[in-house]
Amino acid sequence: MPDSNNINVEFTLNGNPISIDVAPRDRLLDTLRYALDLTGAKEGCGEGECGACTVYLDGVPANSCLIPTYQVSGRAIDTIESIPADALSDMLASGATQCGACTPGVVMTACWLKRHPELLKTHTVRELMAGNLCRCTGYDGIIDGITDGCQSNYDRGNAS
Amino acid sequence: MRRIERDYPIASVGGDIGLPADDPECPARGNTERTEFGRVAMGAVLDMLEEAKDLDSPTPRWVQSIGNQRGVGSQPTSTLMHCPDERPSARSPSSCKPDASRRQSKRADQPAPEVCVQRLEGISKLTGRERYVDDLPFDDALWGMTVRTRVPRGRIRQIKFGSAVDWAEFVVVDHRDIPGPNEVFLIERDQPVLAADYTRHMHEPVVLIAHPDREMCRRAVADVQIIVDEEPPALDYRLPAGPEQIQRNNDNLFKVLKIEKGNTERALEQAAHVVEGLYETGAQEHVYIENQGMIAWVEDGVVVTKGSMQCPYYVVNALKHALNRDESQVRVIQTPTGGGFGGKEDYPSNLALHAALLALKANRPVKIIYDRPEDMAATTKRHPAQTRHRTGFDSDGKLVAQHIDVTMDGGAYVTLSPVVLSRGIIHAAGPYACDNVLIDGRAVLTNAVPFGAFRGFGAPQTLFALERHMDVCAAQLGIDPIELRRINLIRDGQTTATGQVINDGTDRTAVLDQAAQAIRFREKQRAHESFNATEPYLRRGVGLACFWHGAGFTGSGEVALKSRLRVQGHADGRVEILSSSTEMGQGTWTVFTQIAAEHLGIAPADIIITTPDTSRVPNSGPTVASRTAMVVGRLVERACDDLRQSLGLDNATRGEAVTAAIRAWHNTNADQSLFGEAQYEKPPGINWDDDTYEGDAYGTYGWATYAAEVEIDLRTYTARVIDFVAVQEIGKVLNNTLARGQIQGGVAQGIGWALLEECKWELGGMKNCQLTNYIIPTSADLPPIRVAFLENAYAHGAQGAKGIGELPMDGPGPAIANAIADAIGVHANIIPLTPERIMGMMDQTHA
Repeated sequence: MPDSNNINVEFTLNGNPISIDVAPRDRLLDTLRYALDLTGAKEGCGEGECGACTVYLDGVPANSCLIPTYQVSGRAIDTIESIPADALSDMLASGATQCGACTPGVVMTACWLKRHPELLKTHTVRELMAGNLCRCTGYDGIIDGITDGCQSNYDRGNAS
Repeated sequence: MRRIERDYPIASVGGDIGLPADDPECPARGNTERTEFGRVAMGAVLDMLEEAKDLDSPTPRWVQSIGNQRGVGSQPTSTLMHCPDERPSARSPSSCKPDASRRQSKRADQPAPEVCVQRLEGISKLTGRERYVDDLPFDDALWGMTVRTRVPRGRIRQIKFGSAVDWAEFVVVDHRDIPGPNEVFLIERDQPVLAADYTRHMHEPVVLIAHPDREMCRRAVADVQIIVDEEPPALDYRLPAGPEQIQRNNDNLFKVLKIEKGNTERALEQAAHVVEGLYETGAQEHVYIENQGMIAWVEDGVVVTKGSMQCPYYVVNALKHALNRDESQVRVIQTPTGGGFGGKEDYPSNLALHAALLALKANRPVKIIYDRPEDMAATTKRHPAQTRHRTGFDSDGKLVAQHIDVTMDGGAYVTLSPVVLSRGIIHAAGPYACDNVLIDGRAVLTNAVPFGAFRGFGAPQTLFALERHMDVCAAQLGIDPIELRRINLIRDGQTTATGQVINDGTDRTAVLDQAAQAIRFREKQRAHESFNATEPYLRRGVGLACFWHGAGFTGSGEVALKSRLRVQGHADGRVEILSSSTEMGQGTWTVFTQIAAEHLGIAPADIIITTPDTSRVPNSGPTVASRTAMVVGRLVERACDDLRQSLGLDNATRGEAVTAAIRAWHNTNADQSLFGEAQYEKPPGINWDDDTYEGDAYGTYGWATYAAEVEIDLRTYTARVIDFVAVQEIGKVLNNTLARGQIQGGVAQGIGWALLEECKWELGGMKNCQLTNYIIPTSADLPPIRVAFLENAYAHGAQGAKGIGELPMDGPGPAIANAIADAIGVHANIIPLTPERIMGMMDQTHA
C-alpha cells in the first residue's frame, strides 16, 4: 500500500520499453492486468499450476502469477496481446477454445511450441502442453490446432 | 468505475471478429491438407463398417463421423471432425465443409442444406480480448471479501473485530443489512444469504468486507474472529444420523423419491440369478478455469449485478427476494463466462447478493472475485453418492428385476439436491428393459458445504453403479459383458422404469456394437492376455459402459419453466436473438446463430447475439440440463417464424425477402421495435406425473456406449487411459466441431472423476482446495478421445437436435472401472480409482 515502498521497474513489454512503479509484493500478473490493463493473461489458480497466466519471459513461457514484477527489471515480457489473430485460424477451426479462460495461456505455449519444432524430437505435443490446464476441450481441439498448423509430421502425442 | 456503454462488441460472423466467414481463406473451409485428412478418416470409418458387417449385428446406417482414429489402422491418423457432415451447403455462406461436389454426390438425397458457423467469439477468446468479469475496467470500485465461520455446525455467539486494521476504512455488512428475507431464493429457502446466529458448514458466510485495496481486504478478513458454540456435525451421509446430529425433521432427509414398476420383490424371489453390489462415487469440483466473480452497483435506484453465471434469472429472483425489490428494480448482466459445468448454476445468486449488499451499503460499485482456494472451498460440488443394486436375471441373462437404492450427500442446504436426486434415480436403471424395477432414493443433509449441480446432475453417479454392476453381473452369470447388455438393451415399444414407452427408431444395439468395434474390444482382450502374462509391471484391460441421458428438464420441468425467447428485427435488416441462455464455452451463441440463419435463410453475419442483460432479454430458462440447443434452440426457430408472421410473411419466405421486409417495416414504423416471440409448448404425447413418478421423464434421450482401454503400472498403482472411444446418438449434430468438443471435454472430465479427482474432507470442508493437490487431467494424462455420432433427428428439437452437454459425463467412470477390473481383477466399485485406492483394492484381492 504505502507508496514509499514502491520500486521503479523498467522492462520491455510487447516490444516497447516501459517504466512503472510497483509494490514489492505485486505479481507480474497483477501489474499487467490491473495497472496496465493487459487483461489477456488470466488468474486461474495463483500458484503456477494452470498456466492461464502464461507470458513470455525473454521469449520463454512463464507463469506470471509466480513472478514478482520487480524481478523482471531489464527483461523482455510478451503477452497474449502481442499475438496476431491471423496466427490462430487453425486453433479456431480445430475447436481449441471453448470457454476461453485457459485459452490465452494455451495460445502462448502453443505459439512458442510452433516456433521451436526441435522440441518435438524429444517430446510429444501432449507433454509440451501439459502445463496449461483446460477444463472444456479434453485437449484434442488444442492438440489438433497445433499439429494442423505445423508442417512437420510428428507424433501426435498418443499415450501408448 | 468507468461504466462501459457497450462492453463487448456485438459478435457476428464475418463482422467484428476479423474473420470474414465468406472469405475463401476462411480456415473452416479447410485446405487441401484437411481434405486429405478427411479422406483418410472417412476411409477409416468405412473400414470399420466393413468390419462391423462381420458381426451379427446390423451395420449402423447413420454413421456420421469418427474422430481421432487410432485403433483402426496401425498408425494414428489425423483427426477429422468434419463440420457437420456430408450435406450440400449451397446456401451456406460460411459452410465449414470443403469440397462441395463430393458432398453433393454423397448425400444428394438429403434435403436440408445448412449453415455451419465457426465459434463466433473464438478469435476474441484466442487473442485474449474477451473481457471476463475480472477484466472489466474498474476505477472507483471496492473489492469485496467474505468472512466465513470455519466451524461445521454451531450457534454463532460473537463476532470479534480485531485491531490489525483501521475499521473506519472498511464497509462491513452482516445479516442485519439485508433489506428482505435472509434467504437465498431457490427450490427451498433454507440457505441464509449471511449466517445470522447459526452455522451449518465450514464456509458459511457471516460478514462481508469492502475496501479499495484487495490486500487490505485480506488483512481485514484475517482480523475477524467468529466465536461459535460448536454442536455435533453430521459428516457421513452413508450413516444414519444420531439424535444429536438431527437438524431437519427427524431424519435429516432433504428428499425421498421412489420409482416403482411391477413387483420387484416377487421377481427377485423367482429369479434364476440374483446379483448384489454396492457402489460409491466421490464429490467432484468443477474447476471452471475462470473463478466465480461478480460486480454490483446501484444505478438510478436499480441494483445491477454483472458477472460470471449460467442462469441470469436465478440471480434476478434471488435479488428480488432478499433485497425486497420488484423486477424493475434489479438487473442482471452476464459477463463472458469461463466455464460453468453446473458450478455457476445456483452459486452466482449467493455471490450477487453479497456484492449487491456491499454496493448498497458502500454506495459504490463492489467487485468480488474469488481466488481458487476460496472458490473450491465455498462453492458447490458434485454430490457424493452410494448406490446398492440387487438384480435378478432369468436363466438366459434377461433382466427380470432391479432393486436400486441411491443415497446422495446433499450437504448443509437443500440447493438443487431434490432435482439432482430425481435425475439420478430416473437414470439409475439405465437403458435396459426390465419389467420389475424398484428404485429408492434419498438426499441427506450433512454439515458439508452444499453440493449442487454438476454436469450430469446425479446421472453419472447412478450410471456408474449400474454399468459397473452390469460387468459384475456378467462375470457372475458367465455371460460376455457386451452380450449381456445386448440382450437387455431397451427396444422400441418397451418401457423404462417410469413406464415411458421408448419409440424413437434409434438402433441402440448399433451404438453398442460400434463402440466395441471401434475400440477393437475382442482383439484387445486377446492381446491383453498375452501382454499381461509377459509384462512384469504393466497390466492392460478394456471395458465399456452403455448409457442414456435424458435431455431437457426432468418431468414437468419444461412446462413449469414456460421459457420465452424473442428475436428483434433491426432497421438495418439484421436479426438479434434475445435470450437468457448463456454462452459459457459450450457454444450457445454459435448454435443459436446457426439455427436462426438457417431458419430465416439469411447469412450468419446478419444475426446478432450478445451476453444476456435481463433488462433486454426474456427468461428462456436456465442454461442447464442439456436443454439449450434442443429446447431453447427450438424457440429460436419459432420466434423467427413469429417475426415473419409479424411482417405478413409465410414461413417459406427466406433470405433477402426477410431482411428487405424488416427494413421496409422500419421505414414505415420509424422509432418502433419489431419483435418475434415464442414460448415453450409441450410437445404432444408427453405426460408426467410428479406424484407417482410415472410417465415420460424426458422428451427424449441420448444413447451412448463408451469404451476405454487402460494400463496400470503395478509399481506405482497408477492407471491411465490409453484409448477411449465415445459413440453416441444425439439426434442431429448441429455443429460438428462444437459437438465433438462437448463430448471430448465431458469425457476428459469423466476420466478425471474416474481416476484423479478426489476431494479430501475435513469437518465437511474441502482440504485440498487448490490445483496443486486437487488433480485434473492435463493433456499428457489423456489419450486422443475418439468420437462418433450416430444421427436420428428428434422431431421436437431445433433442427432435429437432442441435448448433448451432460451425456459424456456419464460413461467414462464405469467404462474405466470396468477396464481396471478387467486388467487386474479387482472389484473396482469406488471412484476415483486413485493409486492409493487401487493399491488397497489389490491388497484386498490378494490377501
